[in-house]
Amino acid sequence: MAAPGASLRLVAPVWNRGTSGIRGLSRSVDPEGSQRKGRTLLQFLADHFYDVEAVREYLLQKQVLKVLRKNRSSTYIKERYGPYVAGAYFILKQGGAVKFQDKEWMRPNGRGLSGELWKLREVPIEAVDASGCAITYQGLDNLLALKELQSLSLQCCPHVDDWCLSRLYQLANSLRELSLAGCPRISERGLACLHHLQNLRRLDISHLPAVSNPGLTQILVEEMLPNCEVLGADWAQGLKLGPEEQSRDTASSPIPA
Amino acid sequence: MLRRALRLGLGPGLLGRGLGAHREGSTLDWHGKVSEIKKKIQSVLPGGAWSPLCDTSHLPPEHSDVVIVGGGVLGLSVAYWLKRLEKRQGAIRVLVVERDHTYSQASTVLSVGGIRQQFSLPENIQLSLFSVEFLRNINEYLAVVDDPPLDLQFNPSGYLFLASEEGATIMENNVKVQRQEGAKVCLMSPEQLRKKFPWMNTEGVALASYGLENEGWFDPWCLLQGLRRKVQSMGVLFCHGEVTRFVSSSNHMETAIGEKVTLKRIHEVHVKVDHSQEYQPVECAIVVNAAGAWSGRIAELAGIGKGPSGTLQGTKLPVEPRKRYVYLWHCPQGPGLEAPLVADPSGAYFRREGLGNNYLGGCSPAEVSSVGSGCRGEDRDRVSLSSQASLAGPVLVLMSRSPLALTWGLLPPSTTYQADRLKRPARPGSDVCPGQRKPCPHLCPQEEEPDPGNLEVDHDFFQEKVWPHLAQRVPAFETLKVRRAWAGYYDYNTFDQNGVVGPHPLVVNMYFATGFSGHGLQQAPAVGRAVAEMMLEGHFQTINLSPFLFSRFYLGEKAQEHCII
Repeated sequence: MAAPGASLRLVAPVWNRGTSGIRGLSRSVDPEGSQRKGRTLLQFLADHFYDVEAVREYLLQKQVLKVLRKNRSSTYIKERYGPYVAGAYFILKQGGAVKFQDKEWMRPNGRGLSGELWKLREVPIEAVDASGCAITYQGLDNLLALKELQSLSLQCCPHVDDWCLSRLYQLANSLRELSLAGCPRISERGLACLHHLQNLRRLDISHLPAVSNPGLTQILVEEMLPNCEVLGADWAQGLKLGPEEQSRDTASSPIPA
Repeated sequence: MLRRALRLGLGPGLLGRGLGAHREGSTLDWHGKVSEIKKKIQSVLPGGAWSPLCDTSHLPPEHSDVVIVGGGVLGLSVAYWLKRLEKRQGAIRVLVVERDHTYSQASTVLSVGGIRQQFSLPENIQLSLFSVEFLRNINEYLAVVDDPPLDLQFNPSGYLFLASEEGATIMENNVKVQRQEGAKVCLMSPEQLRKKFPWMNTEGVALASYGLENEGWFDPWCLLQGLRRKVQSMGVLFCHGEVTRFVSSSNHMETAIGEKVTLKRIHEVHVKVDHSQEYQPVECAIVVNAAGAWSGRIAELAGIGKGPSGTLQGTKLPVEPRKRYVYLWHCPQGPGLEAPLVADPSGAYFRREGLGNNYLGGCSPAEVSSVGSGCRGEDRDRVSLSSQASLAGPVLVLMSRSPLALTWGLLPPSTTYQADRLKRPARPGSDVCPGQRKPCPHLCPQEEEPDPGNLEVDHDFFQEKVWPHLAQRVPAFETLKVRRAWAGYYDYNTFDQNGVVGPHPLVVNMYFATGFSGHGLQQAPAVGRAVAEMMLEGHFQTINLSPFLFSRFYLGEKAQEHCII
């Protein structure tokens, strides 16, 4: 099972970036977290003045709108350059990386997007690394248009939830590798609809704080996807691979370009 | 601030010590008295508990612009959209009257909580699509500052409808409509079904439709609490009580063709307080009837249906409570994580509940009257003989194959089900279609309909009507153990099993949001918006629900779903 995994791993696991994000995000999801914290001055004022409450409500809406705006897909680029460039543009804008077929990984650099992107109109995208991006249900439209996508990494995406997973069936024909590690809003309910992805060979569902029974969930997912290597977190490491095998596995993985 | 200053002034630091020093040692009780006086002064101050007149905090307000009868998910949704669509903040005063504040009998929380787009009426599909969008963004719609986000627990596992050969064409047409409206539904052949769901027996299935997106089930309690919390933060008033009377005035008028009609207008709603004879008349401009299963009674209170039959005045609101059972069972070898909500052609359905091989399901006894209308009267007697054989047939097979199946959680273990089964004579009017060698749940609605007076569960119903169908569809269910069961009410529309929305043509200020016959919960967010639009704008804006207006009962235009059998 593990043998084809190495060759399939198109997305380089970037863990040093991810781990800090996991803790930060899981705290924000934890409903008791906000109650345990000391009450801020704004909270105190909001309890006593309607105006402050209204302002806070407005700020909350503003936050939501900001994420929404970031996830709007650009119809202009899609019409002019096709779905591949539009998808790549969206991911690069969000801070992720894309890999066109037979090309190197493309990552956003400080100067903005490279001009090369606009020439790749006909080249399909085979891998997307959207680790830590603020992709929402709407933003996923851009990814679902990439019909040749083989590898998708949604590690530590704070807005990816069960609703998003229910749309991944559109990539069922091509998708072979999927990483959902560290997404704070994914639960076992969303993982249940990955059964559409029968071509999947590798699935990473480690560090999902919203999953209630991680061990049982992993077993059930393995039953559901018999041809797929399912990566869980620490609780299953002893069951799946020996510790030395595990460490060798990660060491041999390609270094990100 | 004022209160704090007073409290400081009255504190023991100043008053107590000063006076104490003056009359030192004369009475030991003095300090106690001071604190008593202090308490009294505090309670008299504004905001205190004591008031010279009798306490009326448990009564509803005397005036309210809109009174919503029923605080279930539909009523709250109407309140939410009214407050959200109002032109100026705080312009409309809304009162929600709920009889049962624990929601122990409310249909909302006793339902299975499914949401689907696999309807045949475009309006129903649109309602459901709007609601799914609402549920998806529930934390934006129902966000309350400083409160934790809602966890709707949505299971996006989809609905799988199975159709027999007779129903295949209807299903194809339905799916065509659903796709036109934007639902993501795919058709599957029995071959594909077997491949995808190996645990299923596809015997008798000609076609299946499977919802790929936006279908599944969620936690109704979460939606209810989320709406309640949000609506409260928007300034809607709640009242725990029962509506007992409407005070209305009538206007006798004549239509253009000389027909006499009586237009009524409700002015006051009498709200009776729980466990007391006390009531409060609430002056109001609009009444919303969202009382669910009991909305027929509320409509009667307003004088709807009191008149010569055949006229608009004599047209009743055909909504009545119907009892439906839900069973939860455990089956160790049951379908896995991929199992959708499966709806069998026989009317039985089930879905997965959690991860521990628990399943939840039931059967609707008489959802379609048109299909059952084939066998009546003498037909029924003729088939009663064969019914004995065919009904006992599958059960006996089950028993002999798996004696473990007898281990019922809710029956005494000594019940020898098999023997009992054989002795019992076939009931007159048994439920078998002529020509069909299997039980048909769609017959004889009068006899099959359980008594809606209480919420007791009939466990025989599972053994006789639900289990045989389930075990036939999923062979693994031949061995199962019922863990729990409960019953809930449908606000059953006997006319066409669809909702009633919008104003009454004669009682001009009563609006309906009721009668959804089991899919009220999943459509509530959209229906609330439609009713609020009707009230504020005078017409539907987002979704045109004119086929669901009350006048269809008088005109006889059924807005019926084409069911797949």
